[in-house]
Amino acid sequence: MSGVSDRNAAWRQQLRRDIPGKERTSIERVRMPEVDPVERIKSQRIEVNKGLTPEMAVLEAKRCMDCINPTCMEGCPVKIDIPGFVKNIERGEFLQAAVILKNTSALPAVCGRVCPQEKQCESKCFYIQKLDKQPVAIGYLERFAADYERESGRVSVPEVAPANGIKMAVIGSGPSGLSCAGDLAKKGYDVTVFEALHEIGGVLKYGIPEFRLPNRVVDAEIDSLKKMGVKFVTNFIVGMTDSMEDLKSEGFKGFYVASGAGLPRFMNIPGENYNGILSSNEYLTRVNLMGADSEESDTPVYHGKRVVVVGGGNTAMDSVRTAKRLGAERATIVYRRSEEEMPARIEEVKHAKEEGCEFMTLTNPVEYIADENRRVKQVKVQKMALGEPDASGRRSPVPVPGSEYLIDADVVVVAVGVSPNPIIPRSVEGLNISSKGTIIVDEKTMESNIPGLFAGGDIVRGGATVILAMGDGRRAAEYMSERLTTERI
Amino acid sequence: MNKILSKTYFSERVVKLEVEAPLIAKARKPGNFVIVRVGEKGERMPLTIADADLKRGSITLVVQVMGVSSRKLCALEVGDYITDLVGPLGKPTHIEKVGTVLACGGGVGVAPLLPIVKGFKEAGNRVLSVIAGRTKDLVILEDEIRALSDEMIIMTDDGSYGKKGLITEGMEEIIKREKIDLAVTIGPAIMMKFCEKLTREYDVPTIASLNAIMVDGTGMCGACRVTVGGKTRFTCVDGPEFDAHQIDFDEMLSRLNGYKDTESEKLHEFEK
Repeated sequence: MSGVSDRNAAWRQQLRRDIPGKERTSIERVRMPEVDPVERIKSQRIEVNKGLTPEMAVLEAKRCMDCINPTCMEGCPVKIDIPGFVKNIERGEFLQAAVILKNTSALPAVCGRVCPQEKQCESKCFYIQKLDKQPVAIGYLERFAADYERESGRVSVPEVAPANGIKMAVIGSGPSGLSCAGDLAKKGYDVTVFEALHEIGGVLKYGIPEFRLPNRVVDAEIDSLKKMGVKFVTNFIVGMTDSMEDLKSEGFKGFYVASGAGLPRFMNIPGENYNGILSSNEYLTRVNLMGADSEESDTPVYHGKRVVVVGGGNTAMDSVRTAKRLGAERATIVYRRSEEEMPARIEEVKHAKEEGCEFMTLTNPVEYIADENRRVKQVKVQKMALGEPDASGRRSPVPVPGSEYLIDADVVVVAVGVSPNPIIPRSVEGLNISSKGTIIVDEKTMESNIPGLFAGGDIVRGGATVILAMGDGRRAAEYMSERLTTERI
Repeated sequence: MNKILSKTYFSERVVKLEVEAPLIAKARKPGNFVIVRVGEKGERMPLTIADADLKRGSITLVVQVMGVSSRKLCALEVGDYITDLVGPLGKPTHIEKVGTVLACGGGVGVAPLLPIVKGFKEAGNRVLSVIAGRTKDLVILEDEIRALSDEMIIMTDDGSYGKKGLITEGMEEIIKREKIDLAVTIGPAIMMKFCEKLTREYDVPTIASLNAIMVDGTGMCGACRVTVGGKTRFTCVDGPEFDAHQIDFDEMLSRLNGYKDTESEKLHEFEK
């Protein structure tokens, strides 16, 4: 690897000498080319961000100072060699950049698109830490390298250790499971991923819409895993189709449970079960996984004229923007805190606004009103004020008495969070579960109280991010392997 | 996998399919269901498992032609494959020895009733069955249910077979005559609603197996939610069986019609 990612390699020293620091820091951060809002809301399948051109990518890569202690890497949960891949982009070795990315991340084209970089790698960039300037666009560059490699048709497969014949089971094919599977395969294990749905990818397929993450991009990364020898079994629910005990007797030595937090939360307010009110999971699954936006699909979805989406996270943004693309005249976010507290990525909020989505902040639904056919027609909302900061530092919303009023809605999408799916916790006897239904694991090793059973991602964290789930998968793969080689599970 | 091993017509619109699914056949229990998908554009559709054959590694599904998806499934022939089949799903029926069990099934609901009748019979209960259909053509699995029941009544709306009248009339005849410890009802939602009403009058504990709209079937979306005892529950993971006296059937009936307009549009398109 040394020639490719060694900071002291001659080519890299040369790059640092070629351009003085002052010149690098005077370059403006690149702007992501986007499809015009009027055009892009015509279809669910038009990706909003168009990606960087090679010229843009090289120029942006020049901004990176190739720091001695690259703090950006501390901000990345899977510890990608950021300067290593960025400097390869700078020297025009785009395929080499992709190789470096794939050493640590099973899904670079995905992460480059959906990670909240402003809270992770980019927040630790020298530019923002020391210069008070816009950070290097690490996410855009990661996406560029991965897309370039995919489109070049010269996709590299990461090096895989000689097969050791030891079978490992990964339960769930979302980002956490895929990351763990990739790392185990690299170590030479015989990995099988079990997935309950008919498609591989978890939230990357059923949750995140095509306009943010095209399915073909996800499939290309899954193909890479297949080439590394990872096997996939769809329509298989561990704990229902077959038990973990049965899999053990078939020779599986280690288990990584990454079944996610798929159970949608509702608010338990009057009228919530009227027709036209659905969870964001149902709404997004119908459209993203089942293709309900297309006439050819057998799966229906509600097309509302006036859609209200409750919540302020990425799922809420995905839902409200999906509503717009399904032809809603008005699509409105109703969020109980102020915009400042919104957990959604800043970019997604910006995109939603450009697309004409409306925002009603400091507002919370308290009741739904239906017509004579039990179809929702109005939402009774209440004004909220921000009270004292809570334990997490966020100011908690407090209802303003007597402030209720009605807004019209023929479709309501509830995006107020998810809870862990109960199937696995229910099916493994003696497994330690928290009061919230998450699997309790050792924070360092990701192992549960059942020897050989590891877990990570949302089934451990509750609803979190793609990249944190991937970080868990990496860590689990490391310790699963260690446990097998040192003490045998 | 998922190969169709045999296909039998109960009537023009009701089909019995035996599908290769060795793992599901081994793991399933009475009350469990599967989700099937036919074709790459197909939707996910829940179907209760009517029977399983461990030797043949197969499960039996009974399908009534209703909309696009059931039509596509029923159009498959022996040797064809179902694109996707996943299960067993849902909580199994709680079967124990309770005494006398009144088993009530309407239309294709008789198919999922069959394993439950079998289970209660094997657990040592006296099982009395009432099966119903709108007309003679829609009465299915008569011989199978009879073989497992201590007594059986057949009801048809038009009197073309068995006794003339609704399923509740047959049920009432038995309830009036002897003490029933548990009633089980499976069929169209409207039928279960009236069964529940009747058994409530007579104070008979009753379980109903609900047929909600589903997407994933694994607890991920809440499309199948239903109010039971004032609380929202998900039919796919908390059910499909619930205490019938606690179910808000009116809400359930309205939710089943949620996509009616689109469904009939799609069916119209499909028929063209």
